[in-house]
This record gives sequence, C-alpha cells and structure tokens, in this order.
Amino acid sequence: MAAGHAHPLYRAGDSVVHRLPAHVKIVVAFLVVLAVVATPREAFAVFGLQFLLLVGVWVAARIPPGWLATRALIEAPFVVLAVLLPFFAGGPRVEWWGMSLAVDGLLAGWNILVKGTLGVLVSVTLAATTPLRDLVSGLSRLRVPSMVCVIATLMLRYLEVIVAEARRMRLARISRGHDPRFAWQLGATVRSVGALFLRSYERGERVHLAMLSRGYTGTMPAFTTAPASRATWSVALVPAVAAALLAVSGYWAW
Amino acid sequence: MRQRFTCDTLKTAPPVRVARRTGGDALEPHTGLVAMHMSDGIVDAPTSVIFGLVAVLGLAVCVARARRDLDDRTAPMAGLVAAFVFAVQMLNFPILPGVSGHLLGGALCAILVGPYVGAVCVSIVLLLQALLFADGGLSALGTNITNMALLGTFVGYGVAVAMRRIATRSRGGLVLTAFVAAWVNTVVASLGFVLEYAIGGEGLALGTVLGLMTGFHALIGIGEGIITALTVGAVASVRPDLVHLTRSATPSLTITGVRA
Repeated sequence: MAAGHAHPLYRAGDSVVHRLPAHVKIVVAFLVVLAVVATPREAFAVFGLQFLLLVGVWVAARIPPGWLATRALIEAPFVVLAVLLPFFAGGPRVEWWGMSLAVDGLLAGWNILVKGTLGVLVSVTLAATTPLRDLVSGLSRLRVPSMVCVIATLMLRYLEVIVAEARRMRLARISRGHDPRFAWQLGATVRSVGALFLRSYERGERVHLAMLSRGYTGTMPAFTTAPASRATWSVALVPAVAAALLAVSGYWAW
Repeated sequence: MRQRFTCDTLKTAPPVRVARRTGGDALEPHTGLVAMHMSDGIVDAPTSVIFGLVAVLGLAVCVARARRDLDDRTAPMAGLVAAFVFAVQMLNFPILPGVSGHLLGGALCAILVGPYVGAVCVSIVLLLQALLFADGGLSALGTNITNMALLGTFVGYGVAVAMRRIATRSRGGLVLTAFVAAWVNTVVASLGFVLEYAIGGEGLALGTVLGLMTGFHALIGIGEGIITALTVGAVASVRPDLVHLTRSATPSLTITGVRA
C-alpha cells in the first residue's frame, strides 16, 4: 500500500479493463462470481469455459498468468482445508454405505475447490485492475451510505500507518528479548494491542480535529465519479452475461 | 570487486539472530488459513443471495443507529478504529501445533465503541478484505458479514451487557466480561456458519460440521477471549472513558445549578 494509492494486489496499467469505471467492475465481478457459484457442480466443462472467459479478461487487462497464480495462492490453505473436509467425513462411510457416498463427498470437495478458486481469481482480477481511490468512489456510486465510504477511505488511508505502528511495537518487543512460545506469554503482545487501539483512536481524534480545522463538514469532496454510459455497461457486462449463460447451460446439459 | 568491500569480521562473526522465532508473536501479514472468512462455493447461490440481503438490511439498521453514536463529522474516528481492526486481524495466535487462528475483533469493537459502530467497522473491514485482498469470496460476503459483523458482534455485546453489573464493579470483572463476550462471539459466529451450511451447503453431515466448527472455534475463542480481555483491560486502565460498555456507568463531570 504505497502512499495510500495502491494496494498489494494492484497492478498498474492502462488497458480496457483498467479504464472501466470501478462501480461497473464491482457489479460485474459480483455477477460473475454468483454465476460461477450457481453452476451445477457436475458441469465440469462449464467451469473450464468460465475459466477461459477469465483468461480472456486477463488478456484484455494484460495481466500475466504467473503474476495471478502467485496472488491466487493467498487462499490456497483454505481451499486445501475445504478439499480435505469431505475426505474426513466421507472416509469412514465408504465401508458403511459403499462407493456412492464417497463419490458424493468428492463432488462436494470439487465443488468448493473449483468455485473457491474461480472466485479468488475473479477477486484478484478486480483488485489488480482497480486502484484504491476508485474502489471507494465506485462503492459510493453504488449507493453505499456516505458514512461507510468515509470510514472506508480513512481506514484505507491510515491502514499503512497503523500496521507500521504495530510493526514498530513488535520490533521493540523483540529487541527487548520478547520471545513468546506459549499462550501465557502473550501478555506483552496483548498490552501492545491495547496500546495500538489507544494510539489509533487518539490519532483518529487528531485527524478529526485537523479535518474540522480545514473546513470538513461531514462529506468527502472526492466521491464524485461520472456515471457509466450505456455503451460502457454493455461492453462490461459481456463476461457477466456469458458466465450466467454458461451456468444455465450447465443445468441444460446435465 | 565485492571482496574488497567485505569486512572480515562480518564474515566470521555469527549471524545476529534477533527475530529467531516469531511464531506466536505476529502482527504481521498472515498467509492464509483464515478461520472464518468463507470462500465462494461453500454454500449455494440462493443461500448466498439470501444472506447477502440479510447483511445489507442488518447493515442499514447499524448505519442508521451508528449515526446516533457517531455523527457524520466524527466518522474519521471510526475509520481509525476500522484500520485498527484490520491490523489486529493480521495477528495470528497458535491454537494447536500447526494451526493458527486470528482475531475477529467483533466483541472487542462492540465493547470499545459500541455494537452499531463496531458492526459497521467490522463489515467495512470484511468488504475491503474481499475486494482488495481476495480474502473471503465475493459471493460469501453476505454470509461472512452476517456471521462475524452482525451475529458475533451483537451476541457478544448482548453477553457483555448482561454482565455489565460485574464489568462495572472492578477491573477484573471487566476483563472477565470481555473474555466471555469474545468467546461467545467466536462460537456464535461459527454457529452462523453451521446454519448457513445447513441451508445451502452439501457434502458433509450436519452433525460433523457442527462438531468440527464448534469444537475448533471453542479453541479459537479462548485465544480471542484472552486477547480481547487483556486489550480491554489495557484500554480501561489508561482511558476508561473510551470503553463504551462501562461509559454510562462512569460518573461524568457535570456542572449543575451555578448561582451568581
């Protein structure tokens, strides 16, 4: 999150996807993920086609696949857990009920794996092509209450400061010989969490006073984005509609 | 070329090992195994949509009520509280060998800034984690907000309010209240997951899910409870006026009946 304008998943660029208004991209991302989730789990080919659809978006956005793959690994432990769970549940039952239930458990695991992976890839694509500021103004365009947008903006602006503060406190603890191994040694860590809250809150008070003294009236001036034209919407909605049609075709074919 | 600049003593001296083990003491970005950020595909599409609506409605109520605690002009304070929650969610603590959980912060927020502002802050954190960090699926955002921001926070706060008499009596009482509230918050949030799984999940027997989730989160809840309790204690000892739960109980300085 350098200088409050970028975040770790953002990849600067000037492609068609980057230039789309943020609120359009948010809506499309939600629709695509919903379509993926609505696809029946047995429609294996449909998931492949939805993946190809995403590949098309990556080509348009000029995001290299290797870059995406490493970012998508963020969620890998969780997906592995989701895949293991059906095995835990299905394992003993195979002997009791025969093969049919084991297949069902496998399908359930596949369901979570494929939908979770496609979902993460959609999220990473959205994050990679949308800078921070645009994201919040996009949310405000989507009628998210102004209070939420103000809180989100300030949160994102100060997140780096707070995390850096936490890191300094941790470094200070470690350099004074703090080396916790067990839960009962967490005292110092936890006291610094308390201190972190106080510092965050008091910083909030100072920021608030500074804003008031510069004429803040309760509305942020930066939340004005142009509405997207019908042409923009119709281009941007192509992947969403395609994903939805693919999902429906999954019910048809099976 | 490089040889000329290398000092001999540096070569032979043992490497300084300050940050040798940092397993239990984190406050640095976690790398997955997110305890309750559900991914896409765990529950089906209708359930995702239903809980999305539940989350939107619940949040609308929270935003409306939070305005009472916090007018538009004081929103910057809530922004910093949200940043704090975000930073604290990066705090991993060990539960079992190889398994770590991270703080949800729902009960902590509810006790410190009130349930409505707390729920709004936690929701914003979840929303931005999904949009910016791909942490938690977009379709699972409704279920995640329902579990962690709404259910967990409000039930945790309810417990804290029920125990307010104990909390206002002494510092130890406040710490105990915070522990119980945070533990209940964690377990209830996992029960929310079980409910959603019962409605729209498939593959596992419900009893197994219930056992796994509640058992796992009863353990996570102990970590959450300890950190919440000691954090609230630390705040109360320095700025007791910032603890929302006991604020009304602390005598406020008022000037009455000034006579000339």
